[in-house]
Amino acid sequence: MTAIGDPTPTFALPDTEGIMHEPGGAPATVVVFTCNHCPYALAWHDRVVALARDYADRGVRVLAINPNDAERYPRDSQQAMRERVRRGDFDGVPYLRDETQEVARAYDAKTTPDVFVLDAGGVLRYRGAPDADYEDLEQNAVFVRDALDAVLAGREPEEPQTPPVGCSIKWRE
Amino acid sequence: MCMRVELLFWEDCPSHPRALAELRMAMTEEGLDPSTIAVREIQTQAEATRERFVGSPTIRIDGVDIQSPGEEPFGLTCRVYHRRDGRISPTPDPADVRDALNAARSATEPDRPTRPNRRIERS
Repeated sequence: MTAIGDPTPTFALPDTEGIMHEPGGAPATVVVFTCNHCPYALAWHDRVVALARDYADRGVRVLAINPNDAERYPRDSQQAMRERVRRGDFDGVPYLRDETQEVARAYDAKTTPDVFVLDAGGVLRYRGAPDADYEDLEQNAVFVRDALDAVLAGREPEEPQTPPVGCSIKWRE
Repeated sequence: MCMRVELLFWEDCPSHPRALAELRMAMTEEGLDPSTIAVREIQTQAEATRERFVGSPTIRIDGVDIQSPGEEPFGLTCRVYHRRDGRISPTPDPADVRDALNAARSATEPDRPTRPNRRIERS
């Protein structure tokens, strides 16, 4: 398991058009495990996309990864992911498929959503929920924003870890 | 009057305590006894199929789902609800729960005056 302050696992995963993406090459990278069918992931989704937009001009990259078993949960199929991207749900955030679930296991991801903030060196600086309340739009993914502000300023986030909240990742049986 | 209120849940989905609390509150507000709620855990896919369970939580009144399950497949998952303001939520809007309770009670008590429909159209 990757702890706060540890280097995170590297990976290369395809987006919905087959283009490969890796973390890094940015002053900070947000890796968010998410999916199509979980109400928690959906409730927080727009806040994650908004922070990607808001931090883009500071070079922050956001990578969304769907690790769920699509055989048991067809709503998380590659086709369903592609439809969301084509609908504009991700507004430029790459939506990656973790078909083997190896990346989710390497990160020890628990839920959708489960957010990881990496610094420029790939070191884990924040892990947990986007904010304190999926129901409250005003929260605006403040846990992640605070972590990003700290990382971009060269500081440690004041709250580096919160419990992830959401649907359990649907592992292959 | 005998109204059967059930809450079906799957343990891996963390929304059921909130759904149960909101259901209890709605029943109290409607003058019903929340201790009569039948809470049942769905543990396996086979159970989900047998119980026509499309996700956690599912609330049924006299066997009728308070939100039509539509074409959702039966399975062990968290259920997606929409609040009246359009937000996606893991639990039903409490106003929808109250309206479902009120409608069910009106059906079993035809002489009872019904409440005005408080539904707000989603944007």
